Amino acid sequence: MSGEFEEFGGRHVPEALEEPLAQLAEAFDSVVPTEEFQEEFQYYLKHYGGRPTPVFYAETLSEIYGADIYFKHEDLLHGGAHKLNNALGQALLAKHAGKERLIAETGAGQHGTATAMVGALLDMPVTVYMGTKDIGRQEMNVFRMRLMGAEVEPVTRGNKGLAEAVDAALEDFAQNMEETHYLVGSAVGPDPFPRMVREFQSVIGKEAREQIQELHGELPDACVACVGGGSNAIGLFSAFLDDDVALYGAEPGGTDDSHHSAPLSKSKQEEPQIFQGMKTKVIDDDTENHSVSAGLDYPAVGPEHAALQSLGRAEYHAITDDEALDAFQELSQAEGIIPALEPSHAIALAKKLAQEDRHDTILVNLCGRGDKDMQTAAEHFDLS
Amino acid sequence: MAENEAIAAAFADGPAFIPYLAVGDPDYEASKAYVEALARGGADIIELGLPFSEPIAEGSTIQNAIVRALEGGMTPSRFFEFVTELDVDVPLVCMTYYNLIYQYGRSRGGAPGPDAFVERAAEVGISGLVVPDLPAEEADPLREACDDHGLDLVFIVAPTTEGERLERMMERVSGYVYVQARLGTTGAKTDVSDQTTRSLQRLSEWDVPKAVGFGISSGDQAARIVANGADGIIVGSALVDIVAEGASSERPVEETAAELEAKARELAEGTREGAARRSPDVDAI
Repeated sequence: MSGEFEEFGGRHVPEALEEPLAQLAEAFDSVVPTEEFQEEFQYYLKHYGGRPTPVFYAETLSEIYGADIYFKHEDLLHGGAHKLNNALGQALLAKHAGKERLIAETGAGQHGTATAMVGALLDMPVTVYMGTKDIGRQEMNVFRMRLMGAEVEPVTRGNKGLAEAVDAALEDFAQNMEETHYLVGSAVGPDPFPRMVREFQSVIGKEAREQIQELHGELPDACVACVGGGSNAIGLFSAFLDDDVALYGAEPGGTDDSHHSAPLSKSKQEEPQIFQGMKTKVIDDDTENHSVSAGLDYPAVGPEHAALQSLGRAEYHAITDDEALDAFQELSQAEGIIPALEPSHAIALAKKLAQEDRHDTILVNLCGRGDKDMQTAAEHFDLS
Repeated sequence: MAENEAIAAAFADGPAFIPYLAVGDPDYEASKAYVEALARGGADIIELGLPFSEPIAEGSTIQNAIVRALEGGMTPSRFFEFVTELDVDVPLVCMTYYNLIYQYGRSRGGAPGPDAFVERAAEVGISGLVVPDLPAEEADPLREACDDHGLDLVFIVAPTTEGERLERMMERVSGYVYVQARLGTTGAKTDVSDQTTRSLQRLSEWDVPKAVGFGISSGDQAARIVANGADGIIVGSALVDIVAEGASSERPVEETAAELEAKARELAEGTREGAARRSPDVDAI
């Protein structure tokens, strides 16, 4: 079926979800390529979101790391992260398909915030499912969502994190699919979500590919992005797949081999699993799902990343909590840019690649800003 | 396709009452007493849920049952042991998610794929499987394994299932078809949609019994659905609710078992009453 990425992907859902997903796939295939949709989407991306976001040459950090480091400034997108691209695209599509209500899952709260934003913008009621573990560590985003009129529904089951929030949202979707669109936040889940999210995030790569050539004169040697579900990474990678550019995903390596959320780089099993409607790689049973960053704290990964890895087109490496926190501080001090903890993983991987002399020019997707992580940072770096 | 004789026999004398419980909810011993109570109450087939940590789009009643069972230590191996020890005289159908079936062989050092699971299920006396997240188009390996080991493979038909998907299911189903009475997740609701009648009509050409589930909680509802042409009724959440209440109030197991038996009897009687009420027209569906 379409939506398969090599042996990964697919639509493994209860029969009752098949029809609404088939309808969504059809709407996606027929509406999104139209000029009318693209005009509307581009209009909002530009005038509401602030696109294009710039590419920045980080001179001081480049000196410290020993390679030219460029950042795609998705942290400057309205809302503070790349999430708006996808939320806008899906919400506009949902409107076209006659849906009245949006639901979403969120980990760090960035996707929930983006959904709350477009819900307010397009006048659609929004319910966001969020694990209580994340509500605790990302309180500011909870306030932001509520201020914009979204309902934040705490999820208390299981590990109380992102995976459980996805479950709860799927349940709501199954009950209310006639009028509700489930605005999935990452390139995960059953078809058509992974390819739909890639499409709406591909603007990151398209812009960055042009911008870096303008600024640097040629394509970078490597692109690096963090990978939880993998939406910002696939958005960046998608423009470089046919180029001679190395692609790297930074997975959350957590604290050690039994506490991480890095299925591609650390899982011992070869075989994919069926998880949340897709066939993909998942962390091992004896691993506790953990990351310092709520937005990467997901036990599986988008199926296209699993495919890119198996094809040898992209490499995925685990970055520990501490390595990410170091990079978080280094960028803040070197450039006066506070990154979110999620892209701090990508920065840390770029640092390793630079120090190992593997590439001279590295483009890093700075997919979100770090305001939401100040509590964690204050505790870790003793800032109070 | 293999037809499991025990399941065919359960439908031979009229519409079947098919209760569901999650195995191991809230613990191994209590769960055994509960399943046996359902048999005493008049179950014709029993669906045994094998808990999986990542169920998809289940209602909170079943979700919570799965969580209790997993916390009580339920695993596929324990599940098979449970079935072996069970003292019941009706066919048993295992309801679980495909990842568990697919990974079972590999987790025991063998090859991935459904055969090892189905072989073991047949060995302990399971007669059929229901796998909610397995699309019919990807069901061939499991269908084959079921044929090899004499198990039925039951598919769930939703009110929105049409066209190719419906046909793919029809080609691969055996034992009975699970007709989902309404959209939404599982859970006891007092209204049973009239989508049911329409769904039954849509399936009139299928040569397997049509069992209706989702939202049935009383003998009256069971009777009405059977009178409208169903060959069986499936009841899960209304029974799981009784287990949940027993677990939260820490009531003695025997009391909860007695309540389950009484509820099963009500539903079984409703099923028979519905059969008696059927008009000749309806029988023709």
